[in-house]
Amino acid sequence: MNSELETAAHPENLRRIAIEPVSRVEGHGKVTLLLDENDRIHQVRLHIVEFRGFEKFVQGRPYWEAPVMVQRLCGICPVSHHLAASKAMDMIVGATLTPTAEKVRRLMHYGQMLQSHALHFFHLCSPDLLFGFDSDVAKRNIAGVAAAYPEIAKQGVLLRKYGQEVIRITAGKRIHGTGSIPGGVNKNVSIEERDYLLKDIEQMLAWSRDSIGIARQLFEQNLDLYNNFGTFKTHTLNLVREDGALDLYHGGLRVRDMNGATLFDHYDYRHYWDLIFEDVKLWSYMKFPFLRSLGPEQGWYRVGPLSRVTQCDFIPTPLANQARKSFMAFNGGSAASATLGFHWARMIEMLHAAELIQELLHDPDLQGADLVSKGQRQERGVGVIEAPRGTLIHHYKVDEHDQIIRCNLIVSTTHNNQAMNEAIRQVAQQYLNGRKLTEGLLNHIEVAIRAFDPCLSCATHALGKMPLEMELLDAEGGRIDVLTRSSDGM
Amino acid sequence: MTDTQTFQLDGATVPFEPGQTVMQAALAAGQYIPHLCYHPEFKPHGSCKLCTVKANGHTTASCTMPAEAGLNVESNVEEMNSLRRTLVQMLFAEGNHFCPSCEKSGDCKLQALGYDLEVHTAGFRHLYPDRPLDASHPDILLDFNRCILCELCVRASSEVDGKNVFALSGRGIAKHLIVNAESGLLKDTNIALTDKAMQVCPVGVILKKRVGFSVPIGERRYDQRPISAQALDDAPRQSDAGGSCAACEGNP
Repeated sequence: MNSELETAAHPENLRRIAIEPVSRVEGHGKVTLLLDENDRIHQVRLHIVEFRGFEKFVQGRPYWEAPVMVQRLCGICPVSHHLAASKAMDMIVGATLTPTAEKVRRLMHYGQMLQSHALHFFHLCSPDLLFGFDSDVAKRNIAGVAAAYPEIAKQGVLLRKYGQEVIRITAGKRIHGTGSIPGGVNKNVSIEERDYLLKDIEQMLAWSRDSIGIARQLFEQNLDLYNNFGTFKTHTLNLVREDGALDLYHGGLRVRDMNGATLFDHYDYRHYWDLIFEDVKLWSYMKFPFLRSLGPEQGWYRVGPLSRVTQCDFIPTPLANQARKSFMAFNGGSAASATLGFHWARMIEMLHAAELIQELLHDPDLQGADLVSKGQRQERGVGVIEAPRGTLIHHYKVDEHDQIIRCNLIVSTTHNNQAMNEAIRQVAQQYLNGRKLTEGLLNHIEVAIRAFDPCLSCATHALGKMPLEMELLDAEGGRIDVLTRSSDGM
Repeated sequence: MTDTQTFQLDGATVPFEPGQTVMQAALAAGQYIPHLCYHPEFKPHGSCKLCTVKANGHTTASCTMPAEAGLNVESNVEEMNSLRRTLVQMLFAEGNHFCPSCEKSGDCKLQALGYDLEVHTAGFRHLYPDRPLDASHPDILLDFNRCILCELCVRASSEVDGKNVFALSGRGIAKHLIVNAESGLLKDTNIALTDKAMQVCPVGVILKKRVGFSVPIGERRYDQRPISAQALDDAPRQSDAGGSCAACEGNP
């Protein structure tokens, strides 16, 4: 652990370097490093510098508006918020979903998982992975990938496009649709729409399998680097199905400690607040959730594809399950515990999503007409799903006039806040400590952050894309130099 | 034999009957003039000014201007459309119109006019007024944030429902919609879901509760056809026609 790097004992005599903005992630953040005169690192922090306040301004709004309003937190995986809020509102209206409603929602969710994972792997991370972390910065972007690896770039674009089409058909629009409503959905999937999606699904499956091959190959070619880069032991949290299978839409919470011992299993997420609590630190708008039972210092954990894939008992689709077995067995399990194992796990989930889409498209329930249900009205609703970046919690309280009076959102990236800080401290120790900093070295920090696929906009319920800044200060705190990168990597 | 006379609208000959306004005659003849506060079932009001045209060189509200033989009316010209764009921008700036999370999106006349008139920018600094919701009624929600003061609900409640549930209060920029009850709350009125006042709001102020986003994108009123085409379907009605209106049906 590198928690001693969170706060330097004597910051007043250290120079400060800031990476701002962090690029090729969603939202705005910066990393600050405090170094002494010998370039030794004394403090590393990932700061999230945006604030949006969705939890506040959703108050007073009618509850049926929440699934549409809160999804504006994000332009990458708005479906996650759309569905988590809808699940919470299902509780509010006392609904038990009809088979058609649940399957249309699941289809929407898997479409999102496919497009978001494709976006992250191909558009945001492949430049680092294919060219090297400290390769020529001018080429280390998606345009460079398109020039050097046109087929891979094309597959990334078309995989994402397919996922967006699944979302359009189920939600009405590719981004910020309205398909999921309290108690169900507002449309089914017509035969024509189904056939349109079936047309390309085999190709998506093939490309998803190829993507896992790329992720594996990267590990094989750079075994030491990939095994050790920013790697640390951590507790995990994720949803699992009743039988322990990976389930991205619904389940109970499974919490395991860093040695793999199960702390909680099939925990009813409707009482999540008994399990986790959020800590606040002065230097970041993003909160720091932790397990109550272990406390803020020891109770932080990791969510997301790596946790889900490694902590489930199996994946309930054959190709992805086989891929999981290979992943878990690779090099004695080293990839499954490596920070860069996120990428491999993410591609396994992408294949799983493609398999589930194919399975659902053959299900006649998608054409059902029974779309909405309701029952006994409740005042409290909690919705939890596994979003592309990890466990997403929406919690609302609604008064007798149908107005939301309280809202709490704990998004995937927030869960990973401490883990991301840990990863960059690890990388700073491994690669930067005592060395003269260059852009390539600083990019190592960003590579570690990107592995988590953070969405800082979501995490602070805040605005914008996520660029990052590095700032160099003299011993008195004056700025000597700054390295700034905008969201387009410039 | 009716005494049919004509006037010119943007170069087209429009027949009219005595007593018709320019707006009524134009819509009946299949000629669209943008409007918000005009409704075929109610007496013309002339407040939103979206329907302003040039008649023989003078600007006037076409919904209140009596049709006259030989009148030369200019409507679909850049000068008028530019003024209309400004009016729409002002309406957006005065209220809190957050289309992305508004359940009336796709069914909203103000939004549809914005698209049809190609209003691409805010134009004015938003006033962000503080207008709390009235959610007191068990079945009806009032979101005053979106009110454009067209008074259609005031007229419908008064002229059709005979209830006077709504009124406007204040003057100038302070003018606002109120509920005629001692408490000021909708729960203390005799409004009913079947009232005409429930059907006429062109924006998202008067809403049946728990309906929300039940109509999917693609099936909402203005998803398929722009308001300029849709309005003509609703048009050939007289001010005293009574009965239902296509613009209201399905939108309680």
